Amino acid sequence: MNLTIDHILAGISAGGQYALIAIGYTMVYGILRLINFAHGDVFMASGLIIVYLTTAMPLQYAIPVVIIATVFIGFLIERAAYKPLRSAPRMSVMISAIGVSYLIQNLALYITGGLPQTYPAIPWISDSVELFGAVTKRVTVVTPVLTLVLVVALVVLIRYTKIGMAMRAVSKDFETSQLMGIKINKVISTTFIIGSFLAAIGSLLYFSSYQSVTPTSGAMPGLKAFVAAVFGGIGSIPGAVVGAFVIGICENIIKSSTEFSIFSDAFTFALLIIVLCVRPTGIFGEKTTDKV
Amino acid sequence: MSNILEIKNLSVSYGGIEAIKGISFDVEEGKIVTLIGSNGAGKSSTLRSIAGIVKAKHGEVLFEGKNILGMSPDQIVKHGVTLVPEGRHVFPNLTVLENLKIGAYLRKDNIADDLEYVYSLFPRLKERSWQLAGTLSGGEQQMLAVGRALMARPKLVMMDEPSLGLAPIVVQGIFDIIRQINKEGITVLLIEQNANMALKVADSAFVMQTGEITLSGTGAELLANEEVKEAYLGKKK
Ligand SMILES: Nc1ncnc2c1ncn2[C@@H]1O[C@H](COP(=O)(O)OP(=O)(O)OP(=O)(O)O)[C@@H](O)[C@H]1O
Ligand SMILES: [Mg+2]
Repeated sequence: MNLTIDHILAGISAGGQYALIAIGYTMVYGILRLINFAHGDVFMASGLIIVYLTTAMPLQYAIPVVIIATVFIGFLIERAAYKPLRSAPRMSVMISAIGVSYLIQNLALYITGGLPQTYPAIPWISDSVELFGAVTKRVTVVTPVLTLVLVVALVVLIRYTKIGMAMRAVSKDFETSQLMGIKINKVISTTFIIGSFLAAIGSLLYFSSYQSVTPTSGAMPGLKAFVAAVFGGIGSIPGAVVGAFVIGICENIIKSSTEFSIFSDAFTFALLIIVLCVRPTGIFGEKTTDKV
Repeated sequence: MSNILEIKNLSVSYGGIEAIKGISFDVEEGKIVTLIGSNGAGKSSTLRSIAGIVKAKHGEVLFEGKNILGMSPDQIVKHGVTLVPEGRHVFPNLTVLENLKIGAYLRKDNIADDLEYVYSLFPRLKERSWQLAGTLSGGEQQMLAVGRALMARPKLVMMDEPSLGLAPIVVQGIFDIIRQINKEGITVLLIEQNANMALKVADSAFVMQTGEITLSGTGAELLANEEVKEAYLGKKK
């Protein structure tokens, strides 16, 4: 073991990145009972878009543009691939989601030619800083702080605003929500917009620490975020956040050990299997929700 | 008085099976109108198609002279028609207060007076305003479902079996409230299995049987009708 403050910081930072992705999974599941397999690919697409945007415009414009573009992609996926299947069996929607995932990956493959694209260095957050005697990129510190701020804002939105109340209502009962005059399609779109927005922020933070984007870059963080959401109890936002930090930190602690470092990814999936066997509803999950 | 609601030749089918076979009936403004009939007669389907939840095959639903059939549920709520669904369907994960607020979802004006009004009808709800609706008793949930439907300031409230599964004393309370809100000017379209009580409060009534209206009259007329007595009031000829 050569566990250092570096690993802990990296773990917290990875946790924040996973959390931002995991919220998108958990919110969509909460409202549609759908595992949005395309979510990790939206995250990757967000990374690629900024690579191409920065060839055409300065970074201070590229960042807001990429956030808007990612949100639009999330919105469009729901409208084109999920909304027409609203009354179809859940399995059909899931297959549609897998289709969208492959579509995005293949589009990315076509556009990039399969070559890893160098992610632009974002000044300030890519700078090095010293913290507790360890030298790290500033993004490592910014990530968990920004994540927590966004999570608190989201929780406030869901608890105290009218649209948040509508989201909670729609997640329980489509039909009765309609009887209240709620336009459920609008609420579902809002959920995808929020999820994609957070994925766009997560993408900025994640790729700033990893520096290159490939068409399959979304797969691993997407999968880990999904495990985090299941671990925390899919459908629960606090659950997804806690799950993400647990996975991020544990993974980096394992990486610090010379003997076990190659098992850091295996850990995450072992965790998934254990949770599914021992407590399928996750730590914060409701007892009654049925799983896909 | 004029008709607030006119149903003309309404048909609803589910996957080719016709559940409602071209029914027509009117609801006079300011009255309590009841629709009785045995299980599967098509009562809920009628209300659900008026509310825009179920698509009708053909027909017309004129609310204040305007065809609302084919409008989205939110537009129908905006016109002043609300439905208390069968089985209450309060939002279990929302508090009592939030359930009431969501009933006023489309309103942009101040709802404080309406909250007070609903609380005055159901003081039990006021005591429990912070409780999650899922933890209320069945009777309290029914009160909440009725209160929630009033929060939109409807002109017409449709209630689908509000007495379902409730103790006689609670049922009496619900019927008292139905009379009271009706006195205050809200038209009520009521579905009931409890035909005896429904016919007693109703100004006019319709009997539905396998998707058709087979009898109609004032509440008192149907209460005295031999067929109704035998089929729905459990009395021998
Ligand atoms: N969503 C649906 N899909 C298919 N068939 C349906 C659907 N809803 C209702 N039906 C059918 O339509 C018919 C009328 O049902 P409806 O619920 O309107 O009856 P009801 O008079 O309200 O009965 P109850 O008193 O038992 O509530 C029934 O035969 C029912 O099986
Ligand atoms: Mg019914």
